[in-house]
Amino acid sequence: MGRAATQGRCLPRFAPKPDMTTARATAIVLTKELRMEFRARELLSTTVVFALVVVVLFSFAFDPTAGESRRYGPGLLWIAFLFSGSLMLNPSFAREQSNQTLDALRMAPVSPFAILLGKMLANLIFMAISEAILVPVFAVLYNISIAGILGRLAGVLLLGTIGLVVTGTVFSAIAAHARMRELLMPLLLLPILAPLLIAAVEATASLFAEQPALDLAWLAFLAGFDIVFLTASWLLSDFLLEE
Amino acid sequence: MKGRGAWTATIAVLMFFAGYAALFIAPDERTMHELMRIFYFHLSCWVAMFCALTLGFVANIAWLATGKPKWDWLGVASVELGVVCCTGGLITGVLWGRPAWGIWWTWDARLTTTFILWLLYISYLLLRGLIEDPQRRASLSAIFGIFAFLDTPLVYASNRLWRTQHPAPVIMGGPDSGLDAMMGKVLIICIISVVAMTVGVLIDRYRLERLRHELDELRLSAELRSADSHTVLTKGLP
Repeated sequence: MGRAATQGRCLPRFAPKPDMTTARATAIVLTKELRMEFRARELLSTTVVFALVVVVLFSFAFDPTAGESRRYGPGLLWIAFLFSGSLMLNPSFAREQSNQTLDALRMAPVSPFAILLGKMLANLIFMAISEAILVPVFAVLYNISIAGILGRLAGVLLLGTIGLVVTGTVFSAIAAHARMRELLMPLLLLPILAPLLIAAVEATASLFAEQPALDLAWLAFLAGFDIVFLTASWLLSDFLLEE
Repeated sequence: MKGRGAWTATIAVLMFFAGYAALFIAPDERTMHELMRIFYFHLSCWVAMFCALTLGFVANIAWLATGKPKWDWLGVASVELGVVCCTGGLITGVLWGRPAWGIWWTWDARLTTTFILWLLYISYLLLRGLIEDPQRRASLSAIFGIFAFLDTPLVYASNRLWRTQHPAPVIMGGPDSGLDAMMGKVLIICIISVVAMTVGVLIDRYRLERLRHELDELRLSAELRSADSHTVLTKGLP
């Protein structure tokens, strides 16, 4: 659509095309994020190990028998995800600061939401990978059978993680400009995620029960949370990334 | 600045009268007796907090839409006052909860929501303190303010679905609810005086923020001028 509008104009050969669609720009940012991470692999490894530490520490805080695990397990799992998410999402924008690469990104003639969305998708993939590693380990350590509920659990995890990643990426862009950003990030993010934590824990608990039956009300709540904050970040992305 | 003295005096008289009315004029309550009297200020704090935070939300949006610094000053002033009122409401609530419920605190929907709200807006104030550049501070804190405001109904809904213990709304709650006529009048006086006091402090806080802004501008222009004169001097040299 935008392409047709500029066809008549003569653009300098090396000028960036102003007609790049949001989808394409998002894909480019996403590829860049993935390439960076899979070359360094520092973010994923630290996140997974941190989440593991949380999971192991919790085993000292309560007695990990099957019954107890069913009661505390969902909360434990989501606290581990939220904590590791609040640490993992921080570098998303902070590491663009060190070489002023964020300015370069901003200069690109794409909508700021594309940059944000690309980073959100990359973070979603990173979180999904860490969860895919962590959930089986958790199931083994805490003696919870997840074989029959894998599909439904993946749905809960996906909806919960989208909300975590959407707010977390926005707050990473906010915290990147502040002093003490490593400390500030969890402070901003974790209270906002309180409703998400409740809904995700309740939905997960309904799956960990003796007779697993997914509580759809909480799943709908999670979807609502995702939609509210994705819309808000879409509307506010221009201001979030302005110079 | 002219009407400030009169305004302060009016608020002082109003507050004094409201306190007197809540303690001595309002009739005794059937089940809670004297304990009821804290409620007049408890509810007033929430009304004032709600007004302040809604004003802050509007100011945040207006700042992003217009970029006029006055909206940023209004935003920070309202959030600060909102946090103060929230603290007042939480403290009166805790004081009431101990004799009425037998516990200081319970994780009920409204209590939890307010607590999270309080934390969120404290984070807002912390965030403002940690960003140097004024323009950026205004924009980023406005975005966070909007997120925090949007989160509040979600916190409430999630807790409501989950568990609740707070008394159901007494006024306009159901067919049996409602206040005695005199209690209603005292309540309205209390709400008006607490809101008036909040508005008074808010105006002062807004002025303080404006003065800070002016001071920053003056300092910056003085620095630029001295830098300029320095350049002129060095240029003048052979």
